[in-house]
Amino acid sequence: MASPLKQFTIEPILDLNIGETDISFTNSSLWMVITALVLIIFVAVGTRRSSIVPGRWQSAVEYFYQVVADMVRDNVGSGGRPYFPFIFALFMFILFGNLLGLIPGSFTFTSHLAVTFAMAAFIFIGVTLIGIFTHGLKFFSLFFPHGAPIVSAPVLIPIEIISYFSRPISLSVRLFANMTVGHVLLKVIGGGVVALGSFYILPGIVPFMALVAITILEVMIAVIQAYVFAILTCIYLNDALNLHH
Amino acid sequence: MELEAAKMIGAGLAAIALAGAGVGIGIIFGNYLSGAMRNPSAAQKQFPNLLLGFALAEATGLFGLVIALIILFAF
Repeated sequence: MASPLKQFTIEPILDLNIGETDISFTNSSLWMVITALVLIIFVAVGTRRSSIVPGRWQSAVEYFYQVVADMVRDNVGSGGRPYFPFIFALFMFILFGNLLGLIPGSFTFTSHLAVTFAMAAFIFIGVTLIGIFTHGLKFFSLFFPHGAPIVSAPVLIPIEIISYFSRPISLSVRLFANMTVGHVLLKVIGGGVVALGSFYILPGIVPFMALVAITILEVMIAVIQAYVFAILTCIYLNDALNLHH
Repeated sequence: MELEAAKMIGAGLAAIALAGAGVGIGIIFGNYLSGAMRNPSAAQKQFPNLLLGFALAEATGLFGLVIALIILFAF
């Protein structure tokens, strides 16, 4: 039986090279394109003939819009409205990527640290720049908790700086690790179903039921992780825009 | 000791981190449930915080698991 980690191999579909750099179109890129297309079709067709009383498809799109709009309003406040399209696109892209990755035989691009870290690094740099452009040098008061005694500064400031710079790492590793571990678990238990079920029908049913339960759990994790990624982006944005308020 | 055996033991030790994640997730859901029983009307509003706490607690355990995977497959 193939290793449970074989599902994460990246295979080039179209070999492309610029000088020494390999920019091949891989199965990872293919699934990102598929995710973006499914997302565009879902949102565009859902709102194409929008009516005041929404149909089934339009309600589904409006539900997602509502969830993200509430998230931005509760966590960032009115200053976050210009960033709503970005958060919405981010949430939907990760959500659809996670969910499409659960289809057997497909590829989960969020299970690669390269993908999640690129997203987290862009968010980190963008949020830091937004903070510096809105507040100027006052932005660096973020590294000293409001109201703490000034004597504690030599201890608190290094801790705050380390915690600030570990944000992109924790943000990306959380999504990557959840997706990788979930898919490995599905594969390992699926291997158990095949190994037991091909010899005896009855013992194969028990791990199969476990597999069904874990698939439901994985769908839940896929939604929760997309939600958490978006909500943490909102919290970081709130720190940069509102500085401890 | 053989390097292979040491890697296996190290990966196993790194996976102990998940015990802490289990305790943390249990505390979060247990406390949410007891709070929701006391004041059901406030429960729905705190549900996003529950998910956030769940994800933050789970992530710390998964960092340990990532270390285990790195030990097993990257070295």
